[in-house]
Amino acid sequence: MSYDLQPLFLTFKLAAITTLILCLIGIPFAYWMAHTRVRIKPVLEALVSMPLVLPPSVLGFYLLLAFSPQSWFGHFFETVIGLKLAFSFEGLVIASVIFSFPFLVHPVQSGFQSLPASLTEAAYTLGKSRWQTFVRVLLPNIKPSLLAGVVLSFAHTIGEFGVVMMIGGNLPGETKVAAIAIYDEVESLNYDAANFYALVLFSICFVILLTVYLLNRKMLMKVG
Amino acid sequence: MIELDIQKKLLSAQGEFNLDVQLRIEQGEFITLFGESGAGKTTLLRSLAGLVAPDGGSIRVNGDVWFDGKTGATLPPQLRRASYMFQDYALFPNMSVRGNLEFALRPGAKRQRIDELIEMMGLGEMQQRKPDTLSGGQKQRVALARALAAEPRLLLLDEPFSALDHATRVRLQDEVLRLQRHYGLTTVMVSHDISEVYKLSQRVVVLEHGRITQQGSPAEIFRAGSGSGKFSFAGEVLAIETADVVFAVTLLVGNQIVRVIATADEAAHLQQGDRVMLMSKAFNPVLVAVT
Repeated sequence: MSYDLQPLFLTFKLAAITTLILCLIGIPFAYWMAHTRVRIKPVLEALVSMPLVLPPSVLGFYLLLAFSPQSWFGHFFETVIGLKLAFSFEGLVIASVIFSFPFLVHPVQSGFQSLPASLTEAAYTLGKSRWQTFVRVLLPNIKPSLLAGVVLSFAHTIGEFGVVMMIGGNLPGETKVAAIAIYDEVESLNYDAANFYALVLFSICFVILLTVYLLNRKMLMKVG
Repeated sequence: MIELDIQKKLLSAQGEFNLDVQLRIEQGEFITLFGESGAGKTTLLRSLAGLVAPDGGSIRVNGDVWFDGKTGATLPPQLRRASYMFQDYALFPNMSVRGNLEFALRPGAKRQRIDELIEMMGLGEMQQRKPDTLSGGQKQRVALARALAAEPRLLLLDEPFSALDHATRVRLQDEVLRLQRHYGLTTVMVSHDISEVYKLSQRVVVLEHGRITQQGSPAEIFRAGSGSGKFSFAGEVLAIETADVVFAVTLLVGNQIVRVIATADEAAHLQQGDRVMLMSKAFNPVLVAVT
C-alpha cells in the first residue's frame, strides 16, 4: 500500500525554510538582545517567549485576523507584495517563524551572554571590525548553542499543529503538513496512513535529537 | 609620546569617586600603574585601549587625537594599535595557538612574524593546540605573543601575572622585559605586586581613589624602610648589586623593600626572584635561601 508523501515533503520544506529565515533574523536579534541595555528589554523578552506559553490557537487566531485581506497587514501583503497569506504556504512560514522564534533565540542569546566580554574586546584591540569579530570569534564559540537553536526550531516547526490548523487549513500541497494529515487520516478512520505519518515523524525527530545530543557531547568533551 | 588628561566618574565599594588623571608617557617607556583594587587603574588602562570612554578630558598620542571630551571624538580601539593583555588572557577558544596569533596579524603583515614569535616565546610544541588545553603560564605566553603579533604601538598589561605560580611568574616577567626592550614598546602595566613593579617598570605611578598621589622610579617610590629591631622575615630577592667585596641585596619583605648587605658566599646562592629568610645575627642580617 502506498501513501501520499506530499504532507511529509511539505512538513520538511516548511521546517527548512522556517529555520533558514529564523537564523537570518534570530541570530542577529539574539546578539542584540544579549548586549542591549534598552529599557524595554524585559518587554521584548516577554514577547519573544509568548509562543512558549500561549495556546497555539490564540496565536493562530490573531494571525488569522492579521492575514485576512481585510486587515492592513494582509491587505499590504496581497496588494503590494502579491502574497495571499491566509490559508497559504507563505502564511504558514510567517506563522512558524513567529511561533518557533523563542526556540532559536533563547539558546543563542544565552550562548552569547556566556561568552566573556574580553573576547570581543580582545578582537577589537587587535584591529578586527564588529563583523569580523562576530563571524570569526563569537559565532564559532557558541556552536553548541547554535546547534541547539537550529535543531529545536526545526523540530518544533515539524511538530506544529495548532497554528497550522488555525491559519493553514488542510489544502493538499499547500498547507496540509504531516501533523494535519495525521489528524485528517484519523478522522476518516485511516489508521494505517495515520500510523505511517506518525511513525515517520517520530523516527525523524528522534534521530535529529539524538544526533544533537551526541554532537554536543563530543563538542563538550573536546572543550573539557 | 602619550599625553593623557581624563576624568571619569567611577563606582567602588566605598561609593562614588572621580578618576582624574594627568599623565605623560614617553616613547618606549615601561610604566606601571600601582595601587589598591578599585583605585581606577584598570579603567585608566581601558581608556587608553578605547574600551571605555572617559567622561571628559583628552588622550593624545604623538599628536593624534585618541579621545577628546570637548568634541566627543573617539578613535575606535580597532585603529589605536594598542594591544591589551587581559587578566583572563581572552584567548579565542575556537582557534589553535597559532590561529590566535594569525588572527592578530595586521592585513598584509608577513607570516614570518608568527614563526618568529612562536620561536621566541617557545610555543613551537603547542602551536596546534587549543587554548583550553594549556596551563595558565602557557596561556599567558600565548596572550603575550598574540598581543605582539598585532605590531602594537602601545602594550597594555592588566595584572598579567596575577594568576601564576611564583616560578612561572618570574620567568614570564623576564620574557616581557626582554620583548619590551627588543621591540622598544611603550608599555603600561597595572599591578599591585611590588616585586613585579620593581623588576619591570622604569616609572611607577601610584593611584589612590582615582588620583595620582606619587610617581617616580621604583626605588624612589618604595624607599627601603628602616629595619625592625627583632626580625626573622620571609622575603623575595629583587636585585643583587656588587659593592666592592660585599653585595647589596634588595629584598621585598611583606610589603616593604629592604636593602641588606650580603657576603659573596651568601650572594653566590641567590638569584633575582629567590625566596629567602632574612634573620638578625649579632649586627649583620643573614640571608638564607629557602626552597
